Amino acid sequence: MSNWALILYCGLITYLTRFSMIALIKKEMFNDRIREILSFVPSAIFPAIIFPAIFINEIGLIEIDDNPKILAAIIAMFIGIFSRSIIATIFSGLASYWFLIFVV
Amino acid sequence: MKSNLKVFLKGIIDVSPLMIPVVPFGLIFGVLAIDVGFTPIETMAMSLIIFGGASQIVLLQLFSGGASSLVIISSVGAVNSRHLLYGAVVSEHLSDLKLIWKIIISYFLIDQAFAISNEYLKKNKDHNRYLHLVGGGATCWVIWQSTTFLGIILGSAIPEKLGLSFAVPLTFLALLVNDFRKFINVIVIIISGLVATFGYNYIPFKAYVIVAALAGLFTAMILTRKNKKA
Repeated sequence: MSNWALILYCGLITYLTRFSMIALIKKEMFNDRIREILSFVPSAIFPAIIFPAIFINEIGLIEIDDNPKILAAIIAMFIGIFSRSIIATIFSGLASYWFLIFVV
Repeated sequence: MKSNLKVFLKGIIDVSPLMIPVVPFGLIFGVLAIDVGFTPIETMAMSLIIFGGASQIVLLQLFSGGASSLVIISSVGAVNSRHLLYGAVVSEHLSDLKLIWKIIISYFLIDQAFAISNEYLKKNKDHNRYLHLVGGGATCWVIWQSTTFLGIILGSAIPEKLGLSFAVPLTFLALLVNDFRKFINVIVIIISGLVATFGYNYIPFKAYVIVAALAGLFTAMILTRKNKKA
């Protein structure tokens, strides 16, 4: 598939999710149980992006030793928990990472 | 009833504070897209056609890992499934809208605009209240397109050893800050993360995002059921 077709399909699926939200889905279609489960979707899906991006190196292997990303991500997580700020989380993580690779 | 322009402007003003984190997100996207090999035109088209931060970053992440198109598209669909919950909330406020407006608003229905307008829609019953959502969405659109553009330009100037790709996990980590405070969410986060990390090389077709998400949701189902019986 060409890059353009890939972009179009990803755009289409994103748009259709949004359209179905306001045009097709009605409140009574979801009972409390389904709503409760759906509220866990971010917690279920984002770590699948986060963890491999931290723990897996360029050649596809799990790297624990000598991996500054782990400590930087932990610092960012604590800053995030206490500040509840998206921007503080991102910048504290990047700043710690740069500190660890360039200074330490 | 307030004038159409006033409601639209109110949407812009209300959403503005939420635009601060969108700026680095857009820049990072622009820089990384060039980095993994998309052309500047393709990168701009992604922001114009998809117009969704999480969708676009997942696309880049899996594309650079060599995933097939089918896996990328279904992973983007899975990432968007978190929005289904919004639909149940927002659709009742918009049920009397003409179809053409629903088609237009759908393009602008992003996290930030939704979060802000949901409050406004709850309190206001004027029939032009949906313009609040359009104002918020349009503001986000302008910020997203211009920061993508800036990212594309900066992309060639930023040295690779800065390791800016690390901003991807950080951005998603930032979206979870409120969930780290809840016990069941933390368990779900750990399960999903471990399945993705250890399954990275073993789950076929790079479908680890979907498999890990399903494992996480299954964990949530079990834990919330036990919770109720107790």
